[in-house]
Amino acid sequence: MKIIVCINHVPDTEAKIKIGADGRTIDKAGINYMLSPYDEFAIEAALRLKEKFGGETLAISLGGDVHKETLRKALAMGVEKALLLKDDSPRDSDSIGRALAEEIKALAPDVVLFGKQSIDYSDELLPGLVAEHIGASSVTCVVKLDAQEKSFVCEREIEGGHEVVTAILPVVISTQKGLNEPRYPSLKGIMGAKSKPIEERQPKAFDSLVEVVAMSKPPAKQAGKIVGTDASAAAELVRLLHEEAKVI
Amino acid sequence: MKILAFAEQREGKFKKSAFEVTQAAKKLGGQLGMEVIAVVVGDSVSGIAGELGAYGAGRILTVQDPRLHFYSTTAYAKVIAEIARRENAGVILLPASQMGKDLAPRLGAKLNAGVAADCTALAVGGSDIVASRPIYAGKAMISVKVTSPVKIFTLRPNVFTASPVNGAASSVEACTVDLADADFSAKATSVKVAEGRPDVTEASIIVSGGRGMKGPEHFHLIETLADVLGGAVGASRAVVDAGWRPHDEQVGQTGKTVSPSLYLACGISGAVQHIAGMSSSKCIVAVNKDKDAPIFQIADYGIVGDVFEVLPALTAELKKTLGK
Ligand SMILES: Cc1cc2nc3c(=O)[nH]c(=O)nc-3n(C[C@H](O)[C@H](O)[C@H](O)COP(=O)(O)OP(=O)(O)OC[C@H]3O[C@@H](n4cnc5c(N)ncnc54)[C@H](O)[C@@H]3O)c2cc1C
Ligand SMILES: Nc1ncnc2c1ncn2[C@@H]1O[C@H](COP(=O)(O)O)[C@@H](O)[C@H]1O
Repeated sequence: MKIIVCINHVPDTEAKIKIGADGRTIDKAGINYMLSPYDEFAIEAALRLKEKFGGETLAISLGGDVHKETLRKALAMGVEKALLLKDDSPRDSDSIGRALAEEIKALAPDVVLFGKQSIDYSDELLPGLVAEHIGASSVTCVVKLDAQEKSFVCEREIEGGHEVVTAILPVVISTQKGLNEPRYPSLKGIMGAKSKPIEERQPKAFDSLVEVVAMSKPPAKQAGKIVGTDASAAAELVRLLHEEAKVI
Repeated sequence: MKILAFAEQREGKFKKSAFEVTQAAKKLGGQLGMEVIAVVVGDSVSGIAGELGAYGAGRILTVQDPRLHFYSTTAYAKVIAEIARRENAGVILLPASQMGKDLAPRLGAKLNAGVAADCTALAVGGSDIVASRPIYAGKAMISVKVTSPVKIFTLRPNVFTASPVNGAASSVEACTVDLADADFSAKATSVKVAEGRPDVTEASIIVSGGRGMKGPEHFHLIETLADVLGGAVGASRAVVDAGWRPHDEQVGQTGKTVSPSLYLACGISGAVQHIAGMSSSKCIVAVNKDKDAPIFQIADYGIVGDVFEVLPALTAELKKTLGK
């Protein structure tokens, strides 16, 4: 089975976000980056498919040199090959999707795995974009996966339950928390990843279809009312919710 | 140019977001001088389609096929793209629900249309639609413009209003789109419904518990309070990771993003990753025994106290007020 996993490198969840001088992007100074958390489930799923069916695994990330760090993590976890589509310029999801699809289509994989979303912009667009561009079936937000040679039976999360979906290969899967427990890279894996080559190519450029007009800090919220310091405040809280906030 | 509103239904019942999306389309249509068309896809939907008239859909198109009873990403995308082409739609609105989020990028790729995802506000400036939403876990806001001829927006559920207007004129038309077996390469075959409480992404009231609840055996306090309010139960990642609660209840950056009218955080410290998922709630209440807990900085109302004393008292008071 030919398995590809697409991964992203995003600001640490603790990062203090400052707006850049252009008013359209963030100020990157001092920000630590990490592998986008959902993408760990995608890497783990890729490794398990390889363990079950044999074949090869490849991790792809589109971004600047710093994305190598995230690709090394995938290699350390056990992915065999890594490809950096090197491009530091800002791109919208559509253009990332087209560039990824171009590479992926040429490789004719059986399965392409994604995280459910990148936690920077949280667009949740790439799995569907790539699936459509490469002409594959897709299942997003997968929490359970029963893989067979020619088709996968997945459970995807929907509001108030799960949808059981059958998808014919080639298939794009986006992974949600709960699908698996991502493994920790072994020491041997970490050491090995350091010496593994990361292939680099320049992705094709595409016009953006979504333009950022402005980025700003959210309006500061004024601290609320402390209604009381013990259970006796319950009655007053209920009154406020009913009469002032009018939410019950 | 026309605006297409995708009205999501499941099992012959509209989702609340169907009305929100239709009404948002109506508002945009008024500002931009565009006709609003609602599209309903499913197995047996002609009976309910008319409900959308009250939310501003002048024309309502239905596509019915027994094979569309359950959701299919590939077939639904084909149907909507086909209708968008036939109608020469310039704007397509979908809910940012599990179905809408799955469909939007497929439609984007089919129609060479940019997608502005998970919008919490739409504003018209001249002939442009400017869409805004929080990014970086709510630490920043972004406003975007879609520059392609066809523009797609997904709207975060529970944020846009839906209030019916009686007596609005509307027409329902049945449409057909040819579907081959190959169009169902991904297809749902069944749905496992979690019985009981509403889902956090759809509920208008959420009662969430964190590590301050001390153990899974105490979550009945959260559940009882949620049930009195007809709300959903939410959880912090700490309690989901500990196995006290299922992960589909997790609210936050790596959980669900919610916008209820009332969010009660009980024994939750208010870590940035938690706040990321619930900061767009209309009213936030915190119960925490630590007066310096960060959750109080974003709460509208707070009780600095012990959840084991405050929650039963709150439940009792609510029962009185709500007459239960
Ligand atoms: C990459 C990443 C992603 C993450 N994603 C998420 C996410 O999606 N959602 C999420 O929630 N977290 C997420 N987290 C975790 C987050 O950082 C916090 O660890 C977590 O939210 C803490 O949960 P908590 O508030 O329940 O626990 P704690 O931080 O331990 O807080 C417990 C609170 O309970 C109070 N308390 C204790 N006893 C009582 C009592 N008897 N009565 C009243 N109050 C009491 C305490 O004062 C304290 O404030 C993420 C972290 C990382 C690194
Ligand atoms: N620059 C990128 N390169 C490779 N894969 C990416 C990139 N950005 C996002 N992805 C993948 O697409 C998923 C969804 O991202 P998004 O659509 O940005 O929310 C992520 O979880 C990753 O698996």
